[in-house]
This record gives sequence, C-alpha cells and structure tokens, in this order.
Amino acid sequence: MNYKKILQKYRKDRTRLIEILKELQSREGYISEKAILSVADELGLSRAEVEGVISFYHFLSARPLGKYVVYLNNSITAEMAGREKVALAWERETGCRFGQTSEDGLVTLLETSCIGMNDQEPAAIINGVVFTSLNPDKVKKLVGWMREGRAVEDMVEETGDGANGHELVRSMVRNNIRKTGPVVFGEYVPGQAIRKALETTPECIIDEVKKANLLGRGGAGFPTGLKWEFCRKEKGEQHFVICNADEGEPGTFKDRVILTERPEMVFEGMAIAGYAVGARLGILYLRHEYTYLRRYLEHVLQKMREQGWLGPNIAGRGFDFDIEIKMGAGAYVCGEESALIESAEGKRGEPRDRPPFPVQKGYLNLPSTVNNVETLATATQIIIHGANWFRSMGTPVSAGTKLLSVSGDCERPGIYEVEYGLTVKELLEMVGARDTLAVQVGGPSGNCISEAGFGRKICFSDLPTGGSIIIFNRSRDLFSVVRNFLDFFIEESCGWCVPCRAGNVLLKKKFEKIASGLGTVQDLKEIEAWGKIIKSMSRCGLGQTSPNPVLTTLASFRELYESRVNKEADFIPEFDLNQAVAEACAITGRKFQEEQDHA
Amino acid sequence: MPDKIKFTVDGKECQAEAGMTIYEAAKANGIYIPVLCHFEGLKPVGSCRICSVRVNGRWMAACTQPVTPGMVIENASPEVEEYRKAIIEMLFVEGNHFCPACEKSGNCELQALAYRYQILVPQFPYLFPKKDIEAFPKFLLEHNRCVQCQRCIRAIQTPDGKKVFAMKNRSGRVRINVDRKLAARLSDEEAQKAMDICPVGAILRKEVGFRIPIGRRKYDRRPIGSDIEEKK
Repeated sequence: MNYKKILQKYRKDRTRLIEILKELQSREGYISEKAILSVADELGLSRAEVEGVISFYHFLSARPLGKYVVYLNNSITAEMAGREKVALAWERETGCRFGQTSEDGLVTLLETSCIGMNDQEPAAIINGVVFTSLNPDKVKKLVGWMREGRAVEDMVEETGDGANGHELVRSMVRNNIRKTGPVVFGEYVPGQAIRKALETTPECIIDEVKKANLLGRGGAGFPTGLKWEFCRKEKGEQHFVICNADEGEPGTFKDRVILTERPEMVFEGMAIAGYAVGARLGILYLRHEYTYLRRYLEHVLQKMREQGWLGPNIAGRGFDFDIEIKMGAGAYVCGEESALIESAEGKRGEPRDRPPFPVQKGYLNLPSTVNNVETLATATQIIIHGANWFRSMGTPVSAGTKLLSVSGDCERPGIYEVEYGLTVKELLEMVGARDTLAVQVGGPSGNCISEAGFGRKICFSDLPTGGSIIIFNRSRDLFSVVRNFLDFFIEESCGWCVPCRAGNVLLKKKFEKIASGLGTVQDLKEIEAWGKIIKSMSRCGLGQTSPNPVLTTLASFRELYESRVNKEADFIPEFDLNQAVAEACAITGRKFQEEQDHA
Repeated sequence: MPDKIKFTVDGKECQAEAGMTIYEAAKANGIYIPVLCHFEGLKPVGSCRICSVRVNGRWMAACTQPVTPGMVIENASPEVEEYRKAIIEMLFVEGNHFCPACEKSGNCELQALAYRYQILVPQFPYLFPKKDIEAFPKFLLEHNRCVQCQRCIRAIQTPDGKKVFAMKNRSGRVRINVDRKLAARLSDEEAQKAMDICPVGAILRKEVGFRIPIGRRKYDRRPIGSDIEEKK
C-alpha cells in the first residue's frame, strides 16, 4: 500500500491523527506496523507516540482483525435483555471466543462498552453498522450471511423510524420517542434562530441564555451563558465551539436521537454559540459508535450551507461560521471536555489539568466552549422563544425540559422529554415500570435509588442526570449491576492517575469479597473508605464518580450488603487455601490435609 | 510587596510569588508537600496524586494547582496524610516492588515515601500483576517497578521533539512504551538521565550498578522531604 499517497491529503496535520489511523484501518482491516511507521514519519512523531494513540481507543487495532468485526455491547441492560445467550450464539456460530478471530479470518468477536442502544439491546456494531435487538436466531442468520460474503450494509433488513430510514443512514436503529416536549421536540423552523440571533449583539445572546438559566445538559450542569461569557472574554487569535456528542454514560442515548431527528437545531445552536463567543469554527465531536449518522449529518450541514445558515456571511449579516465533524474512536473518558479536546487534537483522550479551563485554553490551546448536544439544541429554542418562556417550565433552579433515555425493566423504554421537577415515581408510571427495585439515575456515575427515594425529583438540586435512567425490577440482582458498572469504570479509566487506575481495581476486589460471602463488617467499612479515597484523590470526573455504584447502593440498599457479610467474624481471609490448591490436588491425585492445631 | 500572595498552610501564614503552584509556594515557605510524579523543571502532570491537599474543603493536586490569594490549605492533617498513604500503598500493590533486590534502593522516591509514611503492610491486597522486563541497548525497563509518573516521557525527547518514551494502552494495562529505534540512539548521558529521573527502579542503566553501596545513598542518609523542611 502506498501510504505516502494516502497521507498526502492530511497535510501533515497532527490533529487529524485519529482520522488518519481510521482511514488506514478501514483500508487494511487494521493498522499495520508499516502503516504506523509511515504515519509517524509523516507527522514527525515517534513510533511509540502513534502506538500510544492506537492502543488508547477501543476501535483502533494494531493487530489484524477478521473481515467482519463484531463489537457486542456489554452494558447492564444488554445483560438483562439476554446478552449471554447472544454472546454464546456468536461463539457457537463462528467457532471462536470473544477476543479472538475465527480461524478462517472471517469474524472477530470483541466486547465494547455501552453503544447508546440501551432501549434496543442486545446490540452490536459490525463494521460500523449497528444491529439491535439481537437474539441467537438472528446471530445465526448474520453469520450465515458473513459466510456468503454479504456486505454488512445489506444485512439490515428493515430500517428504523424517522431519519434512521434516510438513504444516507439506512439503519435499523429505532428512535423510540415516547414523549415529546416543547423544547427539543417542540415546534421548530430551521434558520429562524440564527437569523434572530444575528439581529442582536453577542452580549444580548449571552444575557438571554443566562436569563433562561440554561444549565449544561451533559450532567454537570454548568451555566451555559456563563461559559459563553468566560469564553468570549478570553483573548485568543481564534475561538472555538465544540459540540460534545460523545455520550458514553451507560444508559444514555438521547443525543443519538437528537442528532437523528433534530440535527439542524443542534447545528444552529453551535452557530449561535459561535456568534456569542466570537468563533468562526465549530467542531462536532461525534462518538465512534454513531459513525452510521456521519454521512447524514454531513448532508444536513451541506444543506444548511446552501440555505445560508452556515458558511460565510450568514443571513447577510457578515458573520462567518462553519462546522466540521471529528470522530471519536471509542473511549468513555472523552466525554470529559478536556479529554475530548485532546482527542479532537488527535491525541490520547487523557483529561488535562485544570486550570487552565477549556474556555481559557481549549482546542489548540485557544478559548473554546464545549457544550452538550442537548444544551446547544435547547439554546436554539431559547433564542426563538425567549428566556421567560423557557423559565416557565421546570423548577426555579432547573429551568426547562430534559430528555431522559429510559431503559431497563419497563414497558416503554425510549426517549422522554419531561419538565425538570418530575418525581421518579411519576416517571416510573409514565414508562410503565412495575415492581421496581431500584432506579439508576445518571448512569453508573450517578445515583442508585431505592423505593424510599422514588419521591425525589429529577433536577439539578436533587437528582441530576445527563439523561440516563435505568430501571431494575425486583427480579434483578443488584450485585450484578454493581459488578457490571465497576468493570465498566476499570476498563474506561485512562490510567493516568493512581487512585482511578489502581483504586478501582482494588474496590472491585473488595466488592467481590463481600459479594461472595467472605466479607465482614470491617470489609464494609473499608469499601466505603476506599471509595471515598478514590473520589477525593482522582484527577477527573471519571475517578471522582467511579465508586458511586458501590457507595450509592450501600446508601440505598445497605441491608443487602449486610445480609452478605459475616457479622461474627473479625476477619475472613480473601485467600482460600483449599481452593488455591484444588487444581494441583486434582492433577497429582493427592488430598490436601489441613494443619492440625496441637495446642 | 504587592506581588506576593498570602495564604495559609495548616494555619501557618505564608507568602509566595504569583504564578507559583501550591507545591512550589509551600516549598518556598519551608513546607514539604510530598510529590512523586513531579520533578523540578518538567511540566507537572498530576498523575500520582500524592501531593493532594485540601483547599477550602476541595481536594487539589498541589503540583498543578496555582496558589491564589487567601487559600486555606490543609496539608498535614490526619485525613490528608491518611489518603496520601493510601495512594502510596496502591502503588505498591499494583506493581511488584522488592526493595532489597532493587538497584534503586536508597535512591528510590517511592521507597523513601513509604518510610516517611511508615508503611509496614499495605491495607490493600497485592494484585501481583504480570509485567515484563524489556532490554534496550543502553538500559533496561523494569515494568514491575514502573509507577507511570511520566517523568521519562517528559524528560527524554529527541532534538526534533519526538518522544522516546510514550504511554501505551489504558486503564490498569497502561505501560511505558519505548521507541526502540530512538532508544538505540540515546547517548550514555541521556540513558543516565533517564535512570536518574525515574523515581523508582524502572529504568536502569546497563553495565553499571551499585556504585554507591546501599546504606550510603540519598534517602539512607536523610529522609525524603527533610531538605525542604530543614531550610526554614
């Protein structure tokens, strides 16, 4: 392969490294050693640096993969929807295990963290195409088609609703919009907001968004108007707007639906933000899992340019603004804004130290505002309808509506646009949940609440959420939920800082000790203490929330833990000598005799 | 002096220049905040978190956080010290550290910190990870002892800015990855610098060793941090 020729079009631009690696992988099926050396040479990097980037991301591979690469989601709702049987079917039909490639080189089976399809699990991504609601029969059919050499796009038999059926998407993904609301799914005429925004000053836009009390919809709830104001005030030869479309929190999929059905509203929000902060370029950082939407989104952008809502001299007002799409490559931590920026610059997605904050030194070390998809879409509607309209919804602190991605044990999983202040109980009735044991609000990094908390309100001052709501009924074992979440954080830790990298592994070990019945009251005390240490000492939001699955279930379901621990014993060793020598005993045919106490 | 910033550490009134980090500002006032990943002259990365302090109730890494006027810094309180101790213990259990057999014993900052914090047995179970030793023309990379402080990554680069050492993988699988071609071109001085800058015994020069006998090394003579604490 002539790498030099392929690389030429990237003009030695280091910020496009991930894009380059993705192209090479799509051409060769993996990133070969020769490719790595060519890329390193072209970009003036060491080979070690390029390998560092490849090895950071789930969907980049320096080892050869099969013709079809299956990434089966391993989120908890997938497990609840029968993932194990589906996984076994994949292994049976292909003759290889997860983590391996079949002997004929046809299929590679891999696991991956939540792909944003929690309402239609078990789901998998195969060569970039999403397959939802899998079962063993479907797996058998898919593998049969693979043997026939069918193109993966042609394996999609029926497309989903809305733009999922658009010829540039052609995806079987369903939107499952169960409840529309007045903001994101409210009345909307594209182009209106940007024209209205350009009739006033950037300061007025910021004031209006501040007056609306729009708080960041990604989960952290930072006031959007304030962020824009900080960014605008920073000096820099250029400013940037970045739309964070890397929703990776297990259980959230609302940005996927917004980008499918309301992309213009998001892009318009980016242009408005651009006008407000003084940026000419916006970047949509789209998670790799949503690659199937990319061509459609490019098409929408092109249409908006043709209509004069993007590009030079928007609405004849002398404001230039355009948007480009940058793809992620599979890393939950890139949802953290500074890690996202690193990734957008083509590096490993490791969070930065703050200060400086992205509004001061963001993309390319220039002032940047990073906003969530829903936040930007909401800003568009605020500009059209005004701050007062917006504040008439929700609660005084949490104005407006929120999109919830509901999954798990309920009759109607999907997207709900609700006003802030809705109680968990009201939500459970709305979605048709019965016999509910626990509700995970805000994903694994959020809060697991029991019935005692069902009267609590979904809002920033009580139960904040980026959108993820996962429901567990009384047939579920909460320990397997916690286990799944802890594994998720262990895998998704970037490994930079000690408490997150090592602490989470130790926390899980302690958890397993308790779950297996070998725990004591002392172990309960320790797991709580260790969780606090990890939360306090970690460098970014990932580590600062990763012990939450343990800590919040301990708070809500303490009796469950207490029922597993031995209340009499002061200490039970984790190490079981009998078990440890069992295999050796079986091989040698000897029997292990415990030491007698002669005293 | 108008440029001086006033702040307190454990109730002690301190002054420092604007622009200093909390670590530097404390040091200028004769207060030692333990660090491991930090090394003077290199851009701080806040990876080990041992230097964490509590400022107005919020945890911060002293090596990366700039000091600001009026900060009330909690440094040597029992809880802060207990949490730091936990981090040091985590490092011991996530690697394979056998001090008596290590060439860096006595010069090792992790070992010195363990002494300072009087660690006998870590509160965490050992993870006994399987890690390798890699050989390069001028040095060995002992992954069992590596603490991923990134000092080598930051300090050893080619004249045109290429990194000889880089991070590979993520989560508990992160490793220091060496660019073989570039590593082969390192001079003896650069290899020595890599070894010296490594806080533990992960990077070891080949063909030289134990020049100074154990017992007469840096931290055998004076405990870590004492140079700063004695200055005041």
